[in-house]
Amino acid sequence: MKSGPSWFNVTSLVLGFSFLYLPILLLVVFSFNESRLVTVWGGFSTKWYVELMKNQQLIDAAIITLKVAFLSASIATILGTMAALVLVRSGRFIGRSLFSGMIFAPLVMPEVILGLSLLLLFVAMDQARGFWTIILAHTTFTMCYVAVVVQSRLVGFDKSIEEAAEDLGCPPVRTFFLITLPIILPGVIAGWMLAFTLSLDDLVIASFTTGPGATTLPMKIYSQVRLGVTPEINAVCTILVALVTMGVIAASIATKRQQVQRERDERAAFGAAG
Amino acid sequence: MAKKPIGPVRRAFSPWDDPAAKPFIEFRNVTKRFGDFTAVDNLSLKIYEREFFALLGGSGCGKTTMMRMLAGFETPTEGQILLDGQDLAGVPPYKRPTNMMFQSYALFPHMNVEANIAFGLKQDGMPKAQIAERVAEMLRLTKLVPFAKRKPHQLSGGQRQRVALARSLAKRPKVLLLDEPLGALDRKLREETQFELMTLQEELKMTFLIVTHDQEEAMTVADRIAVMDAGKIIQMAPPAEIYETPNSKFVADFIGDVNLIEAKVAEKSPQGTILQAASGEFCIDTIQETPAAVGDTVWYAMRPEKIRIAHGDTPEANAVNKVGAEVWDIAYLGDISIFHSRVGEKETLRATVANITRLVERPIAWDDKVVLSWERDAGVILTA
Repeated sequence: MKSGPSWFNVTSLVLGFSFLYLPILLLVVFSFNESRLVTVWGGFSTKWYVELMKNQQLIDAAIITLKVAFLSASIATILGTMAALVLVRSGRFIGRSLFSGMIFAPLVMPEVILGLSLLLLFVAMDQARGFWTIILAHTTFTMCYVAVVVQSRLVGFDKSIEEAAEDLGCPPVRTFFLITLPIILPGVIAGWMLAFTLSLDDLVIASFTTGPGATTLPMKIYSQVRLGVTPEINAVCTILVALVTMGVIAASIATKRQQVQRERDERAAFGAAG
Repeated sequence: MAKKPIGPVRRAFSPWDDPAAKPFIEFRNVTKRFGDFTAVDNLSLKIYEREFFALLGGSGCGKTTMMRMLAGFETPTEGQILLDGQDLAGVPPYKRPTNMMFQSYALFPHMNVEANIAFGLKQDGMPKAQIAERVAEMLRLTKLVPFAKRKPHQLSGGQRQRVALARSLAKRPKVLLLDEPLGALDRKLREETQFELMTLQEELKMTFLIVTHDQEEAMTVADRIAVMDAGKIIQMAPPAEIYETPNSKFVADFIGDVNLIEAKVAEKSPQGTILQAASGEFCIDTIQETPAAVGDTVWYAMRPEKIRIAHGDTPEANAVNKVGAEVWDIAYLGDISIFHSRVGEKETLRATVANITRLVERPIAWDDKVVLSWERDAGVILTA
């Protein structure tokens, strides 16, 4: 039997990866284009990155986006963790299945509908739209993702660990902060990062719920692209791609390392016990 | 390691026979229902100070629920639980003077061994120096000194078990609750730990309550055993009493190995009872009196080691109770051999014989015609 990859496998791999990454690769390549014309190669240059640093509008939009993402991810993490705790821990209560179904609805709900309903709510409340309404909207739609991630971490959690803490004289609230939270922390952080990323690149919901003076980066990019794609936009996007890639790689390296260390420790322990 | 003196001989200890003794833990008509399921059924129980008490039973018999009610993780549906005279109703787990060793050990995975042991002491606001002292003492007591800085996942099963024990003992609770504490250990380690537990209990002068499904474990460690089934205590007595005078077929069968012989009461007299085996093959002359009437069906429970097995020409052939049999199967376990002998067509009796010689060739072999004999006080008559 042949041990190497078959033609079919190689073709599938190449097709799959080109489908996923060719557009991004093009974007990265053209961000280093000398020419102002986006689709014509005019030689290597980093001038669009320099240009970018001078574009105050884009920088302002980026700062707003980061602020929104940070705040909404933090609120969503608190609310989502609480929701996950209730869903996993409280056993059966009236309306539990309704509640668990409803918390995950935003996962499948079309963003347009979510954005529109939030807009209607803010209008009905006579709420001036802007920075804070985007944060509220992003909290709403990222919370369910946090709940899903934290819930998966909680399902494998041995409840008797909390009981042990209480048995040793630790009241429930302190038990949560001393025992439960440190153990589920990886899940909570993963949930926060997911919420942060989702908020960072959301265009639809932000457009519905924004107001004057609160333009996020995706909105800015979108509006500029309608006037024509500039190499400057390519540069912004390349930076975003680089940031996200580094984040993903760092997270997976950390996870892998932790796992290897743990396996080594366990082997050492059982070897010593013999 | 230097051997330390093993201390004074364990003295007879039986406060439960003293009507004036004050119970330390008392369950008063406690019932616990989960929906339609009754886990504990109107159960009353008294446990005395410094007693090592075992709740023994199969899964779902309510033994763990009893322990969790005492620890405060479950609330009784009806009835009262008293500890040292104080009603525990409404007292949350973190305010009860009991500590529990969990079946899963429930160690805090993000803390090292020291921090695990110190956790309960910190909750009490004990001064730092005193905590360090107590932790060091517990580490020594459980032989964990070299592992003080390790995290739970860096320990073997036996070491984790000892951390769990040290953590639950650190606060010197009035009562230590042990929930199937040795279930995950292999046989050798389990036996060792059982003796360590007994020694610890003697040294620390605490009351221990153990929940287990392992009858050998309960027999080894406990002063008294309560055998539970379906939320009720079937029999409560010291291990020897439970073994030698079970009060029902359930207990006789649950604890150890037993021959349960169905029989009819043939004759009653002040000197005892004579039974006729239902198989019709033999009579049993006993010293025991029974409430059953002549002609009633009863059960005679006899432990296999109480039956002698010999060839027909030996003096045992003249015993009061004897029956001819044929060796059907022999199980050689090293220390003992179990002989399954057929009596007539329907009955099989088990007899165990200690292998006191090193002979590989046994004097009794398969298909041998033998005589089984036993004393008049070898077994007990059971009516339920």
